[in-house]
Amino acid sequence: MGTAKTAADAVWLRVVILVTIGILAVSSRLFSVIRFESVIHEFDPWFNYRSTMHLVNKGFYEFLNWFDDFSWYPLGRVVGGTVYPGIMITAGAAHWIMNKLNFPVDIRNVCVFLAPFFSAFTAVACYLLTTEIKDASAGLLAAAFIGIAPGYISRSVAGSYDNEGIAIFLLMITFYCWLKAFKLGSSLWGGLTALFYFYMVSAWGGYVFIINLIPLHVFALLLMGRFSARLYVSYSTFYVIGTLSSMEIPFVGFQPTWTSEHMAALGVFGLVQIVAFVEMIRSHLSAQEFKSLFHGLIAAIGAAGVAGVVALVASGKIAPFTGRFYSLWDTGYAKKYIPIIASVSEHQPTAWPSFFFDLQLLMPLFPAGIYFCFQELRDEHVFIILYAVTGSYFASVMVRLILTLTPCVCIASAFAISKILDIYIAPPKDIPNDEEYDATANTKDKKIERSKTISFGIHEIDTRLSVLIPMTLVLVLFAWHCTWVTSNAYSSPSIVLASQGRDGSQHIIDDFREAYYWLRQNSAPNDKILSWWDYGYQITGMANRTVLVDNNTWNNTHIATVGKAMSCSEDVSYPVMRRHDVKFVLVIFGAVLGYSGDDINKFLWMVRIGEGVYPNDVNERKFFTDRGEYRVDESATPTMKNSIMYKASYYRFHELYGPNGSPYDRVRNQAIPKKPISLHIMDEAFTSENFIVRIYQVKDLDNLGRSLNAAASFGKTKRKKRISAKPVAVGKHRNIDEDED
Amino acid sequence: MAKNKTEQATKAAGASATATTSKDLNAKTKAIANKSFVSNQISLVTQLVNTYTTTTPQLLRLIDAYLAAVMVSGIIQFVYVVVVGTFPYNSFLSGFAASVGAFVLAANLRMQLNPKNDFYSLTPEGAFAEFVFCSLVFYGFVVNFLG
Repeated sequence: MGTAKTAADAVWLRVVILVTIGILAVSSRLFSVIRFESVIHEFDPWFNYRSTMHLVNKGFYEFLNWFDDFSWYPLGRVVGGTVYPGIMITAGAAHWIMNKLNFPVDIRNVCVFLAPFFSAFTAVACYLLTTEIKDASAGLLAAAFIGIAPGYISRSVAGSYDNEGIAIFLLMITFYCWLKAFKLGSSLWGGLTALFYFYMVSAWGGYVFIINLIPLHVFALLLMGRFSARLYVSYSTFYVIGTLSSMEIPFVGFQPTWTSEHMAALGVFGLVQIVAFVEMIRSHLSAQEFKSLFHGLIAAIGAAGVAGVVALVASGKIAPFTGRFYSLWDTGYAKKYIPIIASVSEHQPTAWPSFFFDLQLLMPLFPAGIYFCFQELRDEHVFIILYAVTGSYFASVMVRLILTLTPCVCIASAFAISKILDIYIAPPKDIPNDEEYDATANTKDKKIERSKTISFGIHEIDTRLSVLIPMTLVLVLFAWHCTWVTSNAYSSPSIVLASQGRDGSQHIIDDFREAYYWLRQNSAPNDKILSWWDYGYQITGMANRTVLVDNNTWNNTHIATVGKAMSCSEDVSYPVMRRHDVKFVLVIFGAVLGYSGDDINKFLWMVRIGEGVYPNDVNERKFFTDRGEYRVDESATPTMKNSIMYKASYYRFHELYGPNGSPYDRVRNQAIPKKPISLHIMDEAFTSENFIVRIYQVKDLDNLGRSLNAAASFGKTKRKKRISAKPVAVGKHRNIDEDED
Repeated sequence: MAKNKTEQATKAAGASATATTSKDLNAKTKAIANKSFVSNQISLVTQLVNTYTTTTPQLLRLIDAYLAAVMVSGIIQFVYVVVVGTFPYNSFLSGFAASVGAFVLAANLRMQLNPKNDFYSLTPEGAFAEFVFCSLVFYGFVVNFLG
């Protein structure tokens, strides 16, 4: 590190190291492809994949004007105006270029491998950024860290085709351009910052972080009395071009002119203008004169500006903060007022072990790096400190924002480690003879001398090794941990599950795709599927069928309607389903296999969201037993047992265990009653191999105009008795249902 | 600026007397302290204008004139919106942003060209090239946003 003989050697060395880091970053994200297959993961990526297909097949303008009638039936969704198109356009462009170069790559593979490749670019961007903070050796360390840090890998494994995959790269490259811009006072770099910011706005909602962090940095520098013409040039250029360009993304629209998230940037822009004007005046006057002028005219101008902003806020021209924003300040807010946000597990506040799980060694090193930032406290260090403070806050409020903190942690830790290595590896004279390096080299000299004296006569090589060996060990352990976490925690596609047998053999559980494929083959193209919103994207993507709600949770009422249909009794739910033309009901059921992410576990959220809109039909309390427990066994409440979700989940569940077995729910560890569940309004249409996905077909209206309940119980009183005596008769019961179909 | 110039014309005689040496300035500020607040401020502004006209290079004053013109165009658009309404909001925004952006980019150029600011290794040609680059990007967005 920095020990190459000439500068040219060092450059090539750096390039080689960076390329190696890039290859490492890509390859450690390929576990899922090697273990399973090249497949799109999870939920949101399926929508991104589907819209990328649309973009590739139909062209750019068709994509922008796309009205998707496969989701949110009967409302539909204007995709062009409600999506951050960055990732789709990136993948589409990559696909187009490769095909033009005669690499006939499938669009699915482009989508699957996009995030890993961008993680390599992220490593490079991190290198550049850290080089601005300290030097190239710290930069290489930062690149290596971000390449393997699980906090970032969690969002960028192959197949995880989501906005964050490219957004973190854009975040880092924007910050790099910004540091470069204000260091040089260059409007060229300011313009580049704005261009990357534009790309970021098109890619991820997290762009709000940039448009608040950079103004915060400028504001902090102003308060520290570090205003300079460079600051003016870089920030003004960035703000003007960046804001105008961000408004050109349809999803963002005019927001930068009226939402509070963007007001800080505008305010700082105005402030910078005023300060620059004042500075200009100051340059034309003596200090004494300036003071007396300042008290009069300039104070008046400033007061008028502040009054204007206050008036705008008071008159409601600037919108109040949105709910998602409030939930960033008050972690209990979402739970109280917006259950739909709180219901997403990645919106929960972070538990502290997950910091160590995701960042391990970097976590204790992070404060050390920040300490060194404070020690030097140049303008760019102020930026890193602010990034660290805000990033840490947001990461602790919301689990998924660990992602935005990770690069900062990597940079700060690289700073700290590289400081240590600088002192203990390199003889001081080998440090390149740069101005900046000279300044730090002097202090290093002193430190080494000091450590010599402290070590009471231990030879220098011992001192070095006593620090370097533990450091190396810790770094090796870190790499080990990262690989382990990546391999075990973050490489599951979640649409394909794997379980390990006792002999270590792998068993693939492919129920989701099995069921979606069944839907694709066995339902009419215009059938509507009712399921909880989590599975909306997957159903439209894999089964190619219309759903009522999906992961783009823009309409709370509609979701609440689905929640009501799931949590009410058959007689209440049936009209709801009829009105929405529902043909199939799909539930996820993990009790057989012990798959804990199933619908019964999510059921309380359906109840809560349903209750928010239909308090007369749904009541959360009634789903708990008298002792306040959420039970599915014998002691479950009647409301629970009568709900569609319960019935659809446990319908014929006991038959799986034979006449003498005891049905047992392996997720909730409760025994399920053996009494057969009667289901009048739907027929079981399909159940996947491991019972994870169960699909029911909603019955048509009764031919004689009776309620389906009455129709089903017609002449059944006798038979019912037989059923309770002989479970075999359930088969007959089912045949009757099918006859009516 | 325009207002300043009229003031400058009225106070031309008095302003010409102000010298830049520190002795005179001290005397001046003492005299100022005795005057009433408003006349005090006016004389300060006059002096400001005077030092501006004497010390600023021709090139920078040219840019300042451009800045003033752009600012006026922005103010006109703003007044229009307040009086008539925002209807094609994107057109207004791009027009107004064009004014603000033109102002800011020219102000950048002015700062980079100002010999008082120490931008290292940035030649006037380089500064102008940066100005051209940013303008191209910026007006590209403006035209796209006009609608």
